[in-house]
Amino acid sequence: MTMAGGNFEKYKSDGSLAGNVLEWVDARFPATSMWKGHLSEYYAPKNFNFWYFFGSLALLVLVIQIVTGIFLVMHYKPDASLNAAGVPVAFASVEYIMRDVPGGWLIRYMHSTGASAFFIVVYLHMFRGLIYGSYRKPRELTWLFGVGIFLVLMGEAFFGYLLPWGQMSYWGAQVIVNLFGAIPVVGNDLSILIRGDFVVGDATLNRFFSFHVIAFPLVLIGLVAAHILALHETGSNNPDGIDIKEKKDEKGIPLDGIPFHPYYTVKDIVGVVVFLMAFSAIMFFAPEGGGLFLETPNFYPADPLKTPPHIAPVWYFTPYYSILRAIVWNFFGLDAKFWGVVAMGASVVIFAFLPWLDRSPVRSIRYRGPITKVMITLFVICFLILGYLGTQAPSAMGELVSQICTVFYFGFFLAMPWWSRMDKYKPVPERVTTK
Amino acid sequence: MKKFLIALLFAPVLAFAAGANVPLDKWPGSVSDKAALQNGAKLFVNYCMNCHSASYMRYKNLMDLGLTEQQVKENLMFTSDKIGDLMMVAARHDEQKQWFGAMPPDLTIIARARGWIGNPGGGADWLYTYLRTFYQDNKRPTGWNNVAFEAVGMPHVLWELQGTQVMNPETHKLELAVPGKMSPAEYDKAVSDLVGFMVWMGEPQQEYRKTLGIFVLAFLALLFVVAYALKKEYWKDIH
Repeated sequence: MTMAGGNFEKYKSDGSLAGNVLEWVDARFPATSMWKGHLSEYYAPKNFNFWYFFGSLALLVLVIQIVTGIFLVMHYKPDASLNAAGVPVAFASVEYIMRDVPGGWLIRYMHSTGASAFFIVVYLHMFRGLIYGSYRKPRELTWLFGVGIFLVLMGEAFFGYLLPWGQMSYWGAQVIVNLFGAIPVVGNDLSILIRGDFVVGDATLNRFFSFHVIAFPLVLIGLVAAHILALHETGSNNPDGIDIKEKKDEKGIPLDGIPFHPYYTVKDIVGVVVFLMAFSAIMFFAPEGGGLFLETPNFYPADPLKTPPHIAPVWYFTPYYSILRAIVWNFFGLDAKFWGVVAMGASVVIFAFLPWLDRSPVRSIRYRGPITKVMITLFVICFLILGYLGTQAPSAMGELVSQICTVFYFGFFLAMPWWSRMDKYKPVPERVTTK
Repeated sequence: MKKFLIALLFAPVLAFAAGANVPLDKWPGSVSDKAALQNGAKLFVNYCMNCHSASYMRYKNLMDLGLTEQQVKENLMFTSDKIGDLMMVAARHDEQKQWFGAMPPDLTIIARARGWIGNPGGGADWLYTYLRTFYQDNKRPTGWNNVAFEAVGMPHVLWELQGTQVMNPETHKLELAVPGKMSPAEYDKAVSDLVGFMVWMGEPQQEYRKTLGIFVLAFLALLFVVAYALKKEYWKDIH
């Protein structure tokens, strides 16, 4: 069995100059073993389907965001002071990028579309894990690194959203940072510490800029590396949720495994091209994403004296925002706002417990019964309803619906040890199935 | 099951409520009509720019409307003589605040800001409605009110062209009490041109963006054929 971390023979030169150089390098650096262990002799199940494109696509979007981000930082100015026209410098610098920087509009739209694309891809990637039980033993750590990536990504998106310094940037940050104020005893000081001021201002903008372009990307890249290393240690799961390492040939290669390179590299290129077509269609023909990717109130510069009538976070945060708003009761003498924050935090962190909540004897939804299918379907519906309600102004009906969905959202996870065991199961095949 | 799951994930093209509270008239113009945009630019610098800046926009970008540098300088530049200058206003912000109660907003991207979820381009309809629904209201400090923007601080700058409208207290409809220099049809066309200019100014490269998009998508379609053939070739032995 040759997986990542296995021992590979060092490269032997054929006597050519290039060969000699490679031999010299390989004697001092794990070039061959990395190439073989992670690509050409990393055996992935041959039955990956549609859902398995989103891991490599997430990596692609990360690269897009980093590269476009580098160019944006060359022209963007994190400065909340007003220019000669009475407009905040930060806001004006974004319009400067859109108009005066050659190709700046394209770079900026790639970055803004990329932010939403990142969450679309990551949500689909997480959904894949959910339906095929990819988080189950022995891949718990891969899943935990993934949850870490998701958390850091949310922070990264939150910090980045303040930078254009539009009305929604400003008031969105104001609302979210104020939430920390609901924490008993330390809350008020904590929110001042985060803002660096009593209101969101220049200090906030500059520290969010620093977090957005340095701190969080560094952590993100580290976690992505850990996520992939952990995955390659255990090997990938597959739509049948069975272990391909149990059936090997005489050389120790899984019978249902194929080398990641070239098979999945050429396959992922197809996924990349299709993704880029969808990405380009939005970026070139609807860069506002229907007002969801670029919220229209954000075309007004931040005005600390003018609260917008309706403050809504960007679409990828709205499910959690709905959960926050759904909690309207005071418990144990603590404000409902505090419990809303707790519920919102818990609704994200609870994903980390999936590997231990799921007690099903099989991994994949293909061999699980009706209870699992109904529960996952309802969970997705609840998630979408919560997301929709989060974009809407508060209403009595919306509040009730979001409370019902919130109860189901947590019920899905907390009752999983019972419903996942109660379900009917089909026999799992010996070998992976392909259609 | 698989198809159902895919449908479930891609279905949420949810119906979003419109952001406007009043019924809006559809803006009849187009950003590809250069003559209309030139007329709109003229109206903008003559009427709007007395108070509103377009401070992210440079005069030289007006040449993209098919004008020469000379034409821009002679017809559209009143507060500046450098073609590379930003389109600023001479009025002072603190004075403006005293006069109108608020600083007149910068109008460079107002058409984009006035859109809403589900219709980010709807700002054009709002502006087209707003600029045609001023009416006389003696209860307001400026003497003007507006159907699309209740208790607006801005006076009806285009009243000379449109004339004076009043609100009929019984039908709650606007009536033209004093005709202006333009007929209602002429005025609608002028406002349409002005709105067109503001839509164009919101993103001057928007037409180029769409053209480039077609080429990019055509290239990707071609690349798809190659990538798919490559995948098929590599995978032909995998069963």
